[in-house]
Amino acid sequence: MNIATTPTPAPATGAPESLFPRLEPLLARVGKPIQYVGGELNSVVKEWEAADVRWCLSYPDAYEVGQPNQGVAILYEILNERDWILAERTYTVWPDMAELMRGAGVPQFTLDAHRPVGAFDVLGFSFSTELGYTNMLETIDLAGMPLHAVDRREDDPIVLAGGHAAFNPEAIADFIDAAVLGDGEEISLAISEVVREWKAEGRPGGRDGVLLRLAESGGVYVPKFYDVDYLPDGRIRRVAPNRPSVPYSIRKHTLMDLDNWPYPKHPLVPLAETVHERYSVEIFRGCTRGCRFCQAGMITRPVRERSIETIGAMVQAGLESTGLEEVGLLSLSSADHSEIADVTKQLADRYEGTNVSLSLPSTRVDAFNIDLANELSRNGRRSGLTFAPEGGSERMRRVINKQVDEEDLIRTVATAYSNGWRNVKLYFMCGLPTETDEDVMAIADLARRVIETGREVSGRKDIRCTVSIGGFVPKPHTPFQWAAQLDSATTDARLQKLRDIIRADKRYGKSIGFRYHDGKPGIVEGLLSRGDRRVGAVIEQVWRSGGHFDGWSEHFSYERWMTAADGALAGTGVDVDWYTTRERDYDEVLPWDHLDAGLDRDWLWDDWQDAIDERPVDDCRWTPCYDCGVCPQMDTEIQVGPTGLTLLPLPTVRNPLAAD
Amino acid sequence: MQRLQIRYAKRGRARFTSHRDFVRAFERALRRANVPMAYSSGFNPHPRISYVNSSPTGAATEAEYLEIGLAEVCDPQKVLAKLSEAMPDGLVLREIREAEGGKVGDGLEASVWRVELPGADGRAMADAARLFLDCDRMETERMTKHGPRTFDARADVKGISAYVTDGVPMLDLVIAHSEPLVRPDDVLRALQELHPAFSVVDPPKLTRLVQGRLELNRVIAPW
Repeated sequence: MNIATTPTPAPATGAPESLFPRLEPLLARVGKPIQYVGGELNSVVKEWEAADVRWCLSYPDAYEVGQPNQGVAILYEILNERDWILAERTYTVWPDMAELMRGAGVPQFTLDAHRPVGAFDVLGFSFSTELGYTNMLETIDLAGMPLHAVDRREDDPIVLAGGHAAFNPEAIADFIDAAVLGDGEEISLAISEVVREWKAEGRPGGRDGVLLRLAESGGVYVPKFYDVDYLPDGRIRRVAPNRPSVPYSIRKHTLMDLDNWPYPKHPLVPLAETVHERYSVEIFRGCTRGCRFCQAGMITRPVRERSIETIGAMVQAGLESTGLEEVGLLSLSSADHSEIADVTKQLADRYEGTNVSLSLPSTRVDAFNIDLANELSRNGRRSGLTFAPEGGSERMRRVINKQVDEEDLIRTVATAYSNGWRNVKLYFMCGLPTETDEDVMAIADLARRVIETGREVSGRKDIRCTVSIGGFVPKPHTPFQWAAQLDSATTDARLQKLRDIIRADKRYGKSIGFRYHDGKPGIVEGLLSRGDRRVGAVIEQVWRSGGHFDGWSEHFSYERWMTAADGALAGTGVDVDWYTTRERDYDEVLPWDHLDAGLDRDWLWDDWQDAIDERPVDDCRWTPCYDCGVCPQMDTEIQVGPTGLTLLPLPTVRNPLAAD
Repeated sequence: MQRLQIRYAKRGRARFTSHRDFVRAFERALRRANVPMAYSSGFNPHPRISYVNSSPTGAATEAEYLEIGLAEVCDPQKVLAKLSEAMPDGLVLREIREAEGGKVGDGLEASVWRVELPGADGRAMADAARLFLDCDRMETERMTKHGPRTFDARADVKGISAYVTDGVPMLDLVIAHSEPLVRPDDVLRALQELHPAFSVVDPPKLTRLVQGRLELNRVIAPW
């Protein structure tokens, strides 16, 4: 790995010049050059000097994956709506581009005005997954900034981490200046205010001055103001602030009243091809179904719905401003919206006869979802429906609190096949706590029953069922945060055995598709997600030996991670197994215990014990509160409908382009 | 169905759009501008658009052609104005006309390409061009999806003018469209093989200036 050639330092005063003239000669020599060009519809370029605070937002992956990210899109609009804030974007450049940039001394640039990333006040990374960590190092290095927070100079941007993976940012604590937990809308503006004041006052206290102001609020985590001590056996003794004014714990941010924040209003429309080409509206945030493996469901509580009226207005304006034809109604479990039937029916009515299509990432397994799916595919093809029972056996589903009864599931798929759907996809996890071979082999029985039922009700032989399996990775702030991760050899062996059983089935085997990944990437994800500060050296070593784009199987190397871990963890007394396949006790200090997602630690522990005892817990939207702790701790409440409102048909106007 | 033909340009940074990128951007612009498109029938209806001779990714152009089919009769100038507002920067709609019977690709027999060669030696470039024109054939090899392919790069080149403007060596190439299509980079490769003193230093900047009928080695735009 070549470390970047000396970058062009941003001038202390005056706007940095556009890097485009220096970039342009490189574009003819790289793959898909359009991804580096910017200038997308609805992108914003502001005068450098007119802004007091300048943000560079990054989703640490390739443009085609990062551009559609909803979090970055929301913050980009909210920040740019303020006349005193400027926000631009940067993504990870591919190795061919990185090599040319290093050779030509062109630093990491933004897409909006091709300004050097190193000239901004804040460099924010949105982490949906830990597999973006090495890409962050690549971006920081290409920007010409010191890799470690302690080495950064007063003028270097504040490196800020957000997104779900930032709920345990300890593995990247050496590289980031700060992290925020939870919804970014309000805290990004609050951080901007602090930075503006600090700059206006002449930057008192230098870099630490502004970081201290942020840390003292209790809403921004600044890792370097906290010391971590270890016990002789390698566990954490304690995590404590090393400055008197810094609080012991940092709280997450929760946006209430989503109707007041209808973003994104004008999302960027890329010229380059991206992974999602649709206008997405979050129809609610949070989920209280209580699936014990699900970090998103635990850290985004409580449920906050958008009203049908706001959803309708957002879809209308979003389609007009983008020219897109597909609408995604997003949430963690979209069919749980209190007015989902009205939302889908009324939107389908509104856009009847147009080419606008609606999609609902729906994961619940019940007959109601078939009605919704039928509504959404009124004019279209009924190809595939996806359900996620997650666990193969009833017992397993009680452990993970995914309350899906097998008879319900069979009734649901029967309805699907009899309504003309040809393929039912079932999503499962392997490696769940207390899992045995029998639990996984039960997936085969389930798939066989699905096909048998499907053939019966549809009277056809050509219906299919696709079984898709992911490896379970225990995540912080969930009841399974104490659980042992299953080692990759056992995961692979179980999946192999399942595949053999399905293949050997003469009656049904040919109708059952089987998709899975090997267990190795999950071990790296597990190391990073429950890692502590010692794991930072592993990430750095992987990046230094040429590793990044870890979310791409053609770039990911398990061997590189294991070699790096052997070297970087030598002498610490801990290793990859210690972080991944080891079960933790109640008393152990977890690396993220000082980061407050609102969940009561004892409630999480009790829920973990209930999991082992196969005891389910209900959803607090429909049953009394069971004291998970979030609402009182964060001063929030469930915000759900129904509102009873209806959408009016869109007015039809006479064709304004008609010939006179 | 009303058929409208459009000439469009890709300028500046937008020259890095691929043809697929252009297609997506154009279809979105049609929707933003509420152009009443005619759609193909079938399961997956597509708006009726025909493209011809799309220029390669990375090359600028002033002379690309397409045709759209409309479900309602519209005023072509109103369509052009409204659609132009909805196009991304650098993708410029230049002219519109109602189709007169023929297909949009009819009469697009040849192109004029301008090749800017910053950093190259202007004299060596001119010598190479003369040598090339003196040949009857000039075999060159290009990598295709199916492996290397050898073909003649000379016969379809109907004219070259070599000159230097503001210190930048330039070539204007008149190339007839045939199969396989000879591209400006094929000619550049052939020139360097013929005359090693000429070498392309920085990536050349290509612009298609005209497409049209070929008359006495000149290219006449269709309208």
